[in-house]
Amino acid sequence: MCNTCGCNITPGNEELIRPGGKLAKTESGNEAVTVLHSLLHENDHTASHNREHFDSHNVLAINLMSSPGAGKTALLEASIKQLDPKLRIAVIEGDLETENDAERIRKHGVKAIQIATGSACHLDAHMIHDALHNLDLSEYDVVFIENVGNLVCPASFDLGQHQNVALLSVPEGDDKPAKYPVMFRSADLVMISKTDLLPYLDDFKTERTRRYLQDIASTAPIIELSSKSGEGMSDWADWVAQQAAERRSYLEAHPVASEHKHHTHEHEHQHTHSHAHSS
Amino acid sequence: MHELAICQSLIDQVEAIAHERQAESVVSITIGLGALSGVEPQLLKHAYPVASAGTVARDAELMIDELPTRIRCNACETESDVPPNKLVCPACGEWRTTLISGDELLLMSVELQTAENRGGDAPPTS
Ligand SMILES: Nc1nc2c(ncn2[C@@H]2O[C@H](COP(=O)(O)OP(=O)(O)OP(=O)(O)O)[C@@H](O)[C@H]2O)c(=O)[nH]1
Ligand SMILES: [Mg+2]
Ligand SMILES: [Zn+2]
Ligand SMILES: [Zn+2]
Repeated sequence: MCNTCGCNITPGNEELIRPGGKLAKTESGNEAVTVLHSLLHENDHTASHNREHFDSHNVLAINLMSSPGAGKTALLEASIKQLDPKLRIAVIEGDLETENDAERIRKHGVKAIQIATGSACHLDAHMIHDALHNLDLSEYDVVFIENVGNLVCPASFDLGQHQNVALLSVPEGDDKPAKYPVMFRSADLVMISKTDLLPYLDDFKTERTRRYLQDIASTAPIIELSSKSGEGMSDWADWVAQQAAERRSYLEAHPVASEHKHHTHEHEHQHTHSHAHSS
Repeated sequence: MHELAICQSLIDQVEAIAHERQAESVVSITIGLGALSGVEPQLLKHAYPVASAGTVARDAELMIDELPTRIRCNACETESDVPPNKLVCPACGEWRTTLISGDELLLMSVELQTAENRGGDAPPTS
């Protein structure tokens, strides 16, 4: 059992973990080992490690998720002009194939790293860790991670981001939060994108989306956005600036331990968490 | 299909346990899965033979314990089982609720065959 991190131990299953109950014999005489360990343990530890990297450089990391084509890259392109110019930004792009999205970002003079995930339909923490080797975090204030377009898989993998943003574009229909509760529950901010199309798709009711989000107990703020018309862009810019400011004041109050400050990728990572699978 | 990636990380963990207990084979694996974990039990089952091929867990039975989606109401504190996309308090209608179970993705237990228990020895009394 993972005694150190307590991964995925919820109040609902806490009582399953009884001390001394780890080893038993089954009726057929086999050895039964109680584990209670998150299946994403490896990923989650790498994600925390990534978060320490971001924190040690005062960088805010934002993970953008949506179905394919909901307008993530278009939002980032528009953001480059709209965000507070004092914020230095970089982008990590995840796609199954192609450098297209990274190239769209680079055209605006912003650093972009492309991760080609091949057959994987989501980014994971290890891919982000590799990408961080090619990014000097001391040069940036905000790193945007554009996840693979997919409303299912990315929600399960922590990358080490501080904030999750989910986009729902008007042509997709207003009931996506009811169909993909895992994704929308994970969002710290929901953006209803392509609102310039609302006049053409009059069966999309933003009120309904808000109600479906309440049904999954989401307390995330909602921004109605059009990267085309510019609607909502200033709300988005304000939200990003506020998150960056909150991150900075949090880190001032909770400085990152100095051993992480000097962590570089030249050396092998020394992780001290003990994975005590032993009895 | 992130279920394959998750299955591979499951096999890694099971292999480590089997190695540590010096097991000859893995008889069964029990997983606890909530509907809000984002993992489909059926897809996980389909991915299992691919991920376990050639490992000590290849013949293991994968048992999936589907855990209920359970909330506690922030207003009236009632605990209720609810559908995964309707986390609203059935008692008072409040939507501000806290999930207390339903997003688990847990390796719960592993049943191993060791040289010792295969020989039919009496279980040690210690
Ligand atoms: N009308 C309208 N079209 C938009 C808007 N934002 C993006 N689009 C269009 O939608 C299409 C997809 O946009 P992208 O920004 O590439 O979407 P994406 O989410 O990055 O797509 P993937 O990375 O492939 O998942 C493009 O043709 C964009 O021009 C918008 O606000 N309004
Ligand atoms: Mg894109
Ligand atoms: Zn590192
Ligand atoms: Zn209630």
